[in-house]
Amino acid sequence: MGNRCAVIGVGQTQYRAKRTDVSLAGLVREAALRALDDAGLTFADIDSVVLGKAPDMFEGVATPELYLADALGAAGKPMMRVHTAGSVGGSTALVGASQVQAGVHDRVLAVAFEKQSESNATWALSTHSPFSASLVVGAGGYFAPYIRAYIRRSGAPGNIGMMVAVKDRLNALRNPYAHLKIPDIDLAMVEKSMMLWDPIRYLETCPSSDGAVAMVLGSERAAAAATAVTGRRPAWVHGAAMRSEPMGMAGRDSVDPRAGRDCAADVYRQAGVTEPRRQFAAAETYVPFSWYEPMWLENLGFADKGAGWKLTESGATAFDGDIPWNPSGGVLSSNPIGASGMIRFAEAAQQVRGQAGEHQVAAAADGAGLALGHAYGGGSQFFAMWAVGAAKP
Amino acid sequence: MTGFHGRRGVAVVAFAQSEHSFSDLGWTEADLVMPLVNEVLATTGLRRSEIGFTCSGSNDYLVGTPFSFVAALDTIGAWPPISESHVEQDAAWALYEAWVRIQHGDVDTALVYGFGKGTVGDYAGISSLSYDPYYIAPLMPGDIGMAGLQARALKDAGFDVDPDPTPPPATDGAAAVILAAADVARGVCPRPAWITGLDHRIEPHSVGARDLTRSASTRQAALRAGVSAGPVDFAELHTRFEHEEPLLRRELGLEEDTVVNASGGPRKADPIMATGLIRIGEAAARIHDGSARRTVAHATAGPCLQHNLVCVLEAGEEAGEAGED
Repeated sequence: MGNRCAVIGVGQTQYRAKRTDVSLAGLVREAALRALDDAGLTFADIDSVVLGKAPDMFEGVATPELYLADALGAAGKPMMRVHTAGSVGGSTALVGASQVQAGVHDRVLAVAFEKQSESNATWALSTHSPFSASLVVGAGGYFAPYIRAYIRRSGAPGNIGMMVAVKDRLNALRNPYAHLKIPDIDLAMVEKSMMLWDPIRYLETCPSSDGAVAMVLGSERAAAAATAVTGRRPAWVHGAAMRSEPMGMAGRDSVDPRAGRDCAADVYRQAGVTEPRRQFAAAETYVPFSWYEPMWLENLGFADKGAGWKLTESGATAFDGDIPWNPSGGVLSSNPIGASGMIRFAEAAQQVRGQAGEHQVAAAADGAGLALGHAYGGGSQFFAMWAVGAAKP
Repeated sequence: MTGFHGRRGVAVVAFAQSEHSFSDLGWTEADLVMPLVNEVLATTGLRRSEIGFTCSGSNDYLVGTPFSFVAALDTIGAWPPISESHVEQDAAWALYEAWVRIQHGDVDTALVYGFGKGTVGDYAGISSLSYDPYYIAPLMPGDIGMAGLQARALKDAGFDVDPDPTPPPATDGAAAVILAAADVARGVCPRPAWITGLDHRIEPHSVGARDLTRSASTRQAALRAGVSAGPVDFAELHTRFEHEEPLLRRELGLEEDTVVNASGGPRKADPIMATGLIRIGEAAARIHDGSARRTVAHATAGPCLQHNLVCVLEAGEEAGEAGED
């Protein structure tokens, strides 16, 4: 709600296991400069900067927005630092968009990053608070039981996760920024890979990446000005929402979380979406472990409860399917955790801007369709989503 | 009203803070936050389901665990699921985010909270980890050492300050605030503290790139928030160190008769990540209790006042209506 907001510039870094060629500042600046260039702007044109990333223990730098203010051209401007666990990239985009929707700013630079090579993600993700027992399981160990519950409930065949793993890695071959490039990947290769957290195999899990993504979010006036300069159309925000639910509540369904369903319902209501599978031309969703594709297909209303895996199995979510999911290769192919959510939001925007290059979904570029950006975090409890389209809402 | 023409009138309608402790009483973040959330809801008579947006501020490094805000969320009754976000900043910035969100027009109320357990960590070490990781953090200067640079610069510039700063005691505590848009605010609070100015600005990180005898970002935020548009009865300043007060007084343009930190200020209670929100809460409380008509709150982050937020609060119907669109 509020004023119209558009994505007028997108910039991504190369996603890699280690970006030893850049400092933290160099990494975020690379993405920011690319986004500004895409928007035909410079730092001087930006009113406000919003930075997002997951836990600061990933780099060992606390509240890094203080140190990164210079690199992001924020001096003399307002700067926010968002942290909502794995959903943070999406939340950061929404906090930036909110400043435009509120009419407070015309051009907001939203940036999200992670430089996971600076630390050990599984250690940093394992809570070790002085007040509660630590499981030291990282994310895979945490989500594997949810996945097993999904398989049991839905009766899904055991190879669905492997199909997602193959599909997203094949999509990544079309994405110049993607971290994992496995040209000869197939079901047999995935099946042979080591079991990490049953049923999640090594090739069914996301990598640990260094990388950053940035977006310039603009008002109606800023969008018109950017298009006049660059000739590239903006992606308009048609719906945006966040939802959170408690982790420790008995009775919550952590396999099919209500916060995810409510968040999607809010976005769809704003965007006028009643049939997500038909009305979205593409979806970039947060699938860090292969099985989360069928789980989110159901949670986001693309399939009936228990039937998400059938969409995956039928090829509907493949690049040439009727509703491509993660044409960029998704989190399974590139995962700088704090940035991963915003990468989904940015890739959705690029699809409707017709700027997705080799992984452009044709139906998304025709100007009529919508694309979905989705992120989740914590114990499947934090959700951030937006629906973007080429048409002005 | 500078910069606030056409904005929705939003007021602080309730504020609560913990009985801050200088020792670890074994309370979790959840223990600290839950009573305060209950208190601000009770003060306003609002039900949890009537809160349109929730935003909090905290710092994972204080207790050395990722996602410290997740545990706090478990206590606020986020069911059915709520529209919620979190900043890894002082909760004064969470209040800013919530104020922005209310400007959209579809949400009328917001709950804001912040918490910090300063007693269980070594803040000199933790603060060092928030400095430039390549050139400054390895020196582990700590917040007191950095403050010393500014105190010395001020002393040398003729300010009557102690060049050897002492920090406030490490504190455990939390705070909660409810914001409400005009119509709701009048219904739930007899004397709403209308936010008639709110702005924040950051400066370069390196203290070598700044004139430490100035606070350019405070001055900038104060100008945009319209501090000088009227007399200021009380000001609550985020002064963890004594030498910061004369500098901030000057940059905010406060008159001699403005009472600063009547609450005791951060020197008496410094639950990091709630300390800034408490300044806004205390400044609002002076309006709630009728002792002031116009107050100013200030929050800061980073070495030597790198990032500053300024909030102007006013009593009276007119303040809310002037801000209506």
